[in-house]
Amino acid sequence: MSAAPLISAKGVWKFYGDFAALRDINLDVAPGTTLALLGRNGAGKTTLLRMFAALSSPSRGSITISGAAAGAQETLRSPAQRRRIGVIGHSIWIYDDLTAAENLEFFARLYGPRAPHEKIEHWLKTTGLDHVRNRQAREFSRGMRQRLAIARAFFHDPEILLLDEPFTALDDRAADLLSRLIKQAHAAGRTTVISTHQLREALALATDVAILDRGRLAFRGPSTDDLRAAPEDFYRAYTEPRA
Amino acid sequence: MDVLRGTFIIAFKDLRVELRSKEVINAALSFALVILLLFSFAFDPSAEETREISGGLLWLVFIFAGILVLNRSFARETVNDCLDGLVASPLSGAPILLGKAVSNTVLLLVLELVTLPIFGIFYNVRWTVGLGWLLLVLLLGTWGLTVVGTLFSALTVNVSLREAMLPLLVFPITLPILMAAVQLTTTLFSGEPIAPDMVWLRVLIGCDIIFTVLAGALVESVLVG
Amino acid sequence: MKNRSSAILAAASGVMLVITLYLTFLWVPMERTMGVVQRIFYFHVPPFFVAGAAILAGLVASIRFLITRDYRFDDLAVSAIEVGWVFDSINLVMGPFWARPVWGIWWTWDARLTSAFVLWLMFAGYLILRRAVDDPSARAVMCSVVVIFQAVGGVIVYMANRWWRTQHPQPVMGGGQGSGLDPRMWYVFLFSLATMLVLFGALLQTRRRLERLRREIDGLRRTVHSEA
Repeated sequence: MSAAPLISAKGVWKFYGDFAALRDINLDVAPGTTLALLGRNGAGKTTLLRMFAALSSPSRGSITISGAAAGAQETLRSPAQRRRIGVIGHSIWIYDDLTAAENLEFFARLYGPRAPHEKIEHWLKTTGLDHVRNRQAREFSRGMRQRLAIARAFFHDPEILLLDEPFTALDDRAADLLSRLIKQAHAAGRTTVISTHQLREALALATDVAILDRGRLAFRGPSTDDLRAAPEDFYRAYTEPRA
Repeated sequence: MDVLRGTFIIAFKDLRVELRSKEVINAALSFALVILLLFSFAFDPSAEETREISGGLLWLVFIFAGILVLNRSFARETVNDCLDGLVASPLSGAPILLGKAVSNTVLLLVLELVTLPIFGIFYNVRWTVGLGWLLLVLLLGTWGLTVVGTLFSALTVNVSLREAMLPLLVFPITLPILMAAVQLTTTLFSGEPIAPDMVWLRVLIGCDIIFTVLAGALVESVLVG
Repeated sequence: MKNRSSAILAAASGVMLVITLYLTFLWVPMERTMGVVQRIFYFHVPPFFVAGAAILAGLVASIRFLITRDYRFDDLAVSAIEVGWVFDSINLVMGPFWARPVWGIWWTWDARLTSAFVLWLMFAGYLILRRAVDDPSARAVMCSVVVIFQAVGGVIVYMANRWWRTQHPQPVMGGGQGSGLDPRMWYVFLFSLATMLVLFGALLQTRRRLERLRREIDGLRRTVHSEA
């Protein structure tokens, strides 16, 4: 049974002057799936993901997200829809001058009516940061900052997770935590889009696969066992060789 | 999300961050004092002519020191790309802009209220007469400069030579605000009644409204592209 | 297509320029008090109006760009601002050549000159910003926003300067607008203005074509780099 797509890109183009970074992307993400968005650097993964996150708008076409009511479609720029999304981008989006607790409190208040004390405590414990809750983020090690960023993204229990190259530059502890959280989210029926050029990790978690090649959608389908067995061959089959 | 609530969340966050380091306010205050020193050589503080341009001198101090504050406004969001975090959140552009404009205005008012008595001492200017009007002029003038300056701070956040671009872009546009503020301030310093200058008060209020509306309308394009 | 229209406009402006020169030096009567130097008026003032028209054109183009995101409007905006800047420069440079022999001063801060200078700074700011940003998408959006603010601000600046200068009177160069102008002087002034506008159109078309070509080349360059 196919459910109505949760996020949809319809006829999306992105131009930088005359250069088309994305060409006619039609991509649906069904609810409850974990989509691995693959492609080389410069293929357009980050560009597309930023559009899903409402950080940039398409030059042509539209990005829509289905409303809570069945069949209702709204544009992504509405605040109500953005509340349902959690994002981990290339940077950590954490304020160095605020403490761990203050950072979570600030973002919590952006995403919800209150910043529940217990929830902040819970996430500080989960990420192993409760012993430094009152220390400014600038004092943290790299791994600690990454874990705080993960807490920030998952804090408001988002229905949709957008993760842009999340496993690059994560230390073991943070990578472990993230994998666990993604699996938990999937088990809870959340929808996840992971963009990456690291095939194995993504395919281990994904239910669906999409490949971007030079701005075009080269492949879209479920993640099968054959695919997982020989990811490099599969990938090469759908992307044109470079000169 | 309620615009008003979002505005105050952003404003409080910015002020809290600034209070932690006090970087910008210290730099701006020091710069203001340096300018006052330089002016004392360029303009004879005891001369009658200087009294006539006192309003202009004071506002020059405010804008040159104030531009440091405005520049920092969105520049501090580039660390760790926090600006993306704000734009991706349910917050729309208007509370982000207004929140930062409010925090900038607070910082600038602090700068102005500290500089004003020092200016009064250095240049023998009586600023306590008509203080209520003076504070109103400070508030209105500062808001107008700040709301445009904050929007342009967002605009130039990724541009090279950002520090030079901001004054070049902001000051020609906000010239009427400056003119009105200078005219009103000079009149107040000279102790004369403010009634004949009411047109300038209307200019201030009009510009504030026009630029705030314009900035609010265009901020989404600036932040999202 | 653009080639032809700019060629026609260029030819037309060339012809009109010759006519204007004839009218200015051989047809229009000598001004009573200022003598032959006054004739600079017919070349010094019209460019200011052209510059004003340029920023308004830039305003409209910028608004249209933000609504449609069609880069042809961005081409139009940058062309209007750049050519307008040239005309404003002409206005500013010629001013002192008229003022000095006639009034003994190089410059005065009357409403018109101050506004011309502010406009020049606005144009310059736009052009510098333009060169400082590499990403065409962000650049076009940024510059559109800047022009909208500058156009609105520019109008307010002009009005505010008129009030300011009535409180702080300065010598007004050239008298008030059309004060006591002989009708023949009016004709020549208007003809010169028309000439300048046609010339503006010719330069605008050429600049637009240049921008379009630049965009194409930039697009090709990015495509090549993305393949590498």
